[in-house]
Amino acid sequence: MEALLLQVLNGLDKGGAYALIALGLTLVFGTLGVVNFAHGALFMLGAFVAVSVQNVLTISKKVKDESITFFDAYKETPYLEIWWGDFGSLIIDFSVPIAILVAIPVMLLIGLAMERGLVRHFYKREHADQILVTFGLAIVLQEIVKANFGANPIPISAPDAVAGSVDIGSMFGLTGVVYPWWRILYLCFSLAVIAGVFAFLHMTTFGMVVRAGMHDRETVGLLGIDIQRRFTIVFGLAAVVAGLAGVMYTPILPPDYHMGMDFLVLSFVVVVVGGMGSLPGAVAAGFLLGILQSFFSMNEVKQYLPGIDQIIIYLVAVIILLVRPRGLMGKD
Amino acid sequence: MSDEIKKFGTLSRRGFLKASVAGAAVTAAPTILINKAHAYINEPKGGTVTLGFNVPQTGAYADEGADELRAYKLAVKHLNGEGDGGMLNTMTNKALTGNGVLGKKVAYVTGDTQTKSDAARASAKRMIEKDGAIMITGGSSSGVAVAVQSLCHEVGVIFMAGLTHSNDTTGKDKRKYGFRHFFNTEMSGAALAPVLEKEFGNDRVAYHLTADYTWGWSQEGSIKKYTEALGWKTKAAVRTPLGAGDFSQYITPVLNSGADVLVLNHYGKDMVNSLTQAVQFGLRDKMVNGKQFQIVVPLFSRLMAQGAGENIKGIYGSTNWNWSLTDEGSRAFVKSFGAEYGFPPSQAAHTCYVQTLLYANACQMAGTFNPCGVIEALEGFEFDGMGNGPTEYRADDHQCFKDVLVVRGNENPSSQFDLLKVVQVTPRAQVEYPASMLGGELGECRA
Repeated sequence: MEALLLQVLNGLDKGGAYALIALGLTLVFGTLGVVNFAHGALFMLGAFVAVSVQNVLTISKKVKDESITFFDAYKETPYLEIWWGDFGSLIIDFSVPIAILVAIPVMLLIGLAMERGLVRHFYKREHADQILVTFGLAIVLQEIVKANFGANPIPISAPDAVAGSVDIGSMFGLTGVVYPWWRILYLCFSLAVIAGVFAFLHMTTFGMVVRAGMHDRETVGLLGIDIQRRFTIVFGLAAVVAGLAGVMYTPILPPDYHMGMDFLVLSFVVVVVGGMGSLPGAVAAGFLLGILQSFFSMNEVKQYLPGIDQIIIYLVAVIILLVRPRGLMGKD
Repeated sequence: MSDEIKKFGTLSRRGFLKASVAGAAVTAAPTILINKAHAYINEPKGGTVTLGFNVPQTGAYADEGADELRAYKLAVKHLNGEGDGGMLNTMTNKALTGNGVLGKKVAYVTGDTQTKSDAARASAKRMIEKDGAIMITGGSSSGVAVAVQSLCHEVGVIFMAGLTHSNDTTGKDKRKYGFRHFFNTEMSGAALAPVLEKEFGNDRVAYHLTADYTWGWSQEGSIKKYTEALGWKTKAAVRTPLGAGDFSQYITPVLNSGADVLVLNHYGKDMVNSLTQAVQFGLRDKMVNGKQFQIVVPLFSRLMAQGAGENIKGIYGSTNWNWSLTDEGSRAFVKSFGAEYGFPPSQAAHTCYVQTLLYANACQMAGTFNPCGVIEALEGFEFDGMGNGPTEYRADDHQCFKDVLVVRGNENPSSQFDLLKVVQVTPRAQVEYPASMLGGELGECRA
């Protein structure tokens, strides 16, 4: 029971990440009709916003390390700590939450620039052209990141207050159900962002127009509404969602320039399983595939089906495509 | 008629002899020239000899690759008589004179293995065929080492392995043209087990998470063999994909498995991630079976310790070399490397630096770059002054035998680099095994 609960929790936290990335991806496809292969790169850029914020907060003064006598070595002491002592350390400790605030405008700008500068020129082109150009853009972006930040993963810590784990099991009378705080926060954060996006689309006039445009773009245009401008903003919103998912993921997985590509394939599978263009489908499929992946990693399952944890997501995608090609919640 | 016959016979005999000599000369001359020209692949022409440094510049082991490349560049400097000479000043049985190798200046080309066997073979092939590399060295993965070693054996180029720890490299996949200075999982198991028994007792239940390729399997096998001999039980051994990133789905089943030791058969970025995540899941704070839960990382490096930060403190493992060693050779290397780059070298850097010097020295000893001569010089070569005490390149399997270090993540570091504490120097005799134990055939030198 405890083992099962742990795997469900693990699946939910993985699913949170999948759902957030897939949500942005399907939002862009549903509004602009663009298959955006650079969406994984937006996730990666979000993570590197966190790296940049950490780098800025830890700009340091080099001080000679007297404990090293073999050669001249230098210790780096952040200026924030030199100037403000413990308060400076506290600011550095909270680099990820600070990065979330920074990432919102930065990712919005990146999204708008990407859409206005490149993607809009490919609206009326075939999907193959869109895939090629966005995939190329993704490679360019990751090479730029590699050139500036190097190829190695960069460790980023969660704030000390949430760096440990919590005994969730004791709340339900179970023993040994311990889960890291940050992963629980990630799950809550992803649910909050998903709820925020849905609220924005369903409870604001802007969102209502966007949804109307997703159903019938021409009619909305005939009503004198500049739907294109709204869709451009939606592209920016999708970039923000992907970026925030990236920022929050950094304490779980030290970011490197390639992390976007690793998630891109998964998020496409999520979108296909959920149904292309279906927002609830993307979210449901994200959580479903996360839980399945986690469940099939259990030793009790793997001893009968070795290696199943590696292929389960793709197996589900194949079955869905065969049995229900429009996806779980897609429309014909 | 008879005169004609006699004349014909005389002329024929003379002609035959002349023709034979001339024919032999004509036939032999090009052969000699051809043999001279193509006695072995990429025979150095002119004033330089080119070495091929094939290291992971991207992928799960990119940290190690970057440090390997630094060490190679330093070795080239020292071989060419630049800098302070590093370990050239401390190496014993040395034929090198510090002015290149056999009078030629050492040059180098580099390749990115990407921590992938196919990419590593492609870059080694490119360096051999296009850049004229006489020797290939480097790598930080046993999968890569086995693949590149096999390629080098096929084409007749010496391969001086970088960081490769699987038994297979000098076991079932050993090759005549391949040499490994780094230790292996058999030695890690033999060195680590007595320390684990002393620290954690002999009534433990282990759970292995294992990188799913040759090195992971090899290490899992060796650690199981030696810990089970102590009386430990193995609860499960779960294979994880190389570069998995998020290991949480493999760590959660450990929590309630009944195991009280987690053995992480991971290296590089994978080990940093899996250890960090295991600690995040509270494993180190757990009490299981009435004992404090423990994590063991059988293959350790300072670079990994750096990446894992606080999480590494108190964790046991083994290592090929550590910069804190105080022997003359280690000090010379650390001083030289530190002066060049501002931080001490990793074990990956050390083994690559040593391999380069050993290869160059073997060429100098053999008086040729011909691989067969170099192999002969390296086989059974005994040396000291290079950081590991007296060391021998065993002729039977091209594996170096030397003392093995058991280390623990330092709980009270005296400097930012003082991350591993050497708790035991296991003598060579304790980790030595017969060459036949790991199987394989070296094959022959063909040049």
